[in-house]
Amino acid sequence: MTPQHRATDWAPDNAVSRDGPEGVASQTGALVGSAGGRRRKGRRRKGGAEQSMVPEAEFTSYYGRPIVKPSPWEADIPAYLFAGGLAAGSSLIAAGADVTGRPVLRRTGRLAALGALSFSMAALVHDLGKPSRFTNMLRTAKPTSPMSVGTWILSTYGPFAGLAAAAEVTSLLPEQVRSRGPLRLVGLLGRPAGLMAAVCAPPVAAYTAVLLSDTATPSWHSAYKELPFVFVGSASAAAAGVGMITAPTHETGPVRRMAAAGALLELAMEQRMERSMGVTAEPLHHGKAGRLMRAAKVLTAAGAAGTLVAGRSRALAAASGAALVLGSACTRFGVFEAGQESAKDPKYTVVPQRERLEREGPVRYQP
Amino acid sequence: MTSLFRENDLWGPLDPSEEAGYGEERPKRKGFFTDTSICIGCKACEVACKEWNDVPADHFDMLGSSYDNSHSLNANQWRHVAFIEQPKRLGDQESGLRQTVDIGMPVMAPSGPPETEPADGAEKPDFRWLMSSDVCKHCTHAACLDVCPTGSLFRSEFGTVVVQDDICNGCGYCVPACPYGVIERRKGPEGAKNVGIAQKCTLCYDRLEAGQTPACAQACPTQSIQFGDVEELRDRANARVAQMHDAGIMDARLYGNDPDDGIGGAGAFFLLLDEPEVYGLPPDPVVTTRDLPHMFRRASAAAAVMLAGAAVSFLGRRR
Repeated sequence: MTPQHRATDWAPDNAVSRDGPEGVASQTGALVGSAGGRRRKGRRRKGGAEQSMVPEAEFTSYYGRPIVKPSPWEADIPAYLFAGGLAAGSSLIAAGADVTGRPVLRRTGRLAALGALSFSMAALVHDLGKPSRFTNMLRTAKPTSPMSVGTWILSTYGPFAGLAAAAEVTSLLPEQVRSRGPLRLVGLLGRPAGLMAAVCAPPVAAYTAVLLSDTATPSWHSAYKELPFVFVGSASAAAAGVGMITAPTHETGPVRRMAAAGALLELAMEQRMERSMGVTAEPLHHGKAGRLMRAAKVLTAAGAAGTLVAGRSRALAAASGAALVLGSACTRFGVFEAGQESAKDPKYTVVPQRERLEREGPVRYQP
Repeated sequence: MTSLFRENDLWGPLDPSEEAGYGEERPKRKGFFTDTSICIGCKACEVACKEWNDVPADHFDMLGSSYDNSHSLNANQWRHVAFIEQPKRLGDQESGLRQTVDIGMPVMAPSGPPETEPADGAEKPDFRWLMSSDVCKHCTHAACLDVCPTGSLFRSEFGTVVVQDDICNGCGYCVPACPYGVIERRKGPEGAKNVGIAQKCTLCYDRLEAGQTPACAQACPTQSIQFGDVEELRDRANARVAQMHDAGIMDARLYGNDPDDGIGGAGAFFLLLDEPEVYGLPPDPVVTTRDLPHMFRRASAAAAVMLAGAAVSFLGRRR
């Protein structure tokens, strides 16, 4: 490897002196191993000779220690990714059910959305190093921070989802109670709030992919082109799965279509993602992450197949729905785990950068 | 989405403190040039840093990795000296390993020169010992700062990147964002300050404000750690590497000095004697946020697909 530096005409002896007593020879001019000035011209190191000797995928590291750090996040975060997606998909289903007159599907969708959202918010706060400072997220809005963007997406989506769920709860109250004062208003706002929640929902499911990808974690960053599609597919399938579990079959025609399409999108984009990730796709196949990703594929494919053949069987529909929900959870935990593992092994930081150096040379800004 | 970000916001050459909004009277950008070729591995920088910044000592492990027992840069280690032993000679240098020098210390053994003086021109040992004091790079495009959702990480008037301990809520996002694995959430020890909060080198912000040199550079006995204006340090580094090349030490190369590189140039850069990964540094890092506009575009497309998919699912015949 040739040093990237360009020699300059600069006078080294003046350049290297630091502020200090005049005339005192600076140590910054000492040459390695010169033992005080026995300077000799050495033979030049053969550039690149060592690199071409080693077989591919070999790499050097500092005692095998990681270069980048894995996130300090624990199970809270993949659980949040899953629950956030489930909430988003459920809000979409609830709005569709509301507009097309499917009352049970609407109710379960709205309640699932609020439940999943509450769970995900609790997981998010629990994961903070200083949970009491959660609201510090709201002191600024930064487009360069996907977490800040996500906070504001959730802050917009949350109240609408909450209001839609509240309307659903008030509709269960006796007529004379729910027709009075503020409760009546809640009931009236149910549909507009539900529709607004549905409009805000897809970003909730999609931004979580950017949240992971906008890091130096090798297996997350290299997945950035496909991961949002994997996540929205997974979210749609999971929410549709909940719909199939909770609503009668005569209402679930649309969610079955959504389940099959979501599962297909997730599986197809996951395949494509692995192909574009290069060596950083490896952690998706090893250890805990590998088991989770295999389980995700089997469960999602089985759930999608079950959805198509369930017909009027409520039991089969529920089983298929459960498989989709579990498959979606496995996808999030698998992707999360693979990223953590990729950060712990210097191979996944060094090898892709070395491959790019071989291919394109050092990354340099071109206006 | 790109319009959200200004030209060179996410990568490319830039004066970071100017971009952060500091006015004309701002000080020049400050940084380190760490010349590893004259590092003697004394770890004075590690000690000075811990002492000045009150960074807790949380472990004492014998790691079996040469003289390195402090492992890595992390929340409780803001300077870290790497030690690499290699079966390799550095050019045609005289390592001094064969000769003993009588420094007049009292000894138990018979005095006088050793009996077996190696013949002149004998085979020199194939061994070199690389030492390098690593530190936060204070990137021009700092991923930790860009992804911080609270604004706790900020750009100082000196162009450095600093955590505000009282703002950080410990979300941990900066940790995986750093391409060098520098910043970390402090896990302990129990009773230490700022546990649960992201911690890293501040380039001794408090000392800079008082016109002082950062503790590590002040303590460095060989001037391996040089502190100053980044612009001037870059010239100094270029001169130094040219000097070493003239002396036949072709292994010498600069790392992190180029404002056109993947992080827009580091405020703290290095002269290395081997490939960066040998020292535990990434060979050619690129700030993750360079791809952020593309990521947002992909996510927006995915969100549109999700919305359209749900709508189409409900459009079909009613059953």
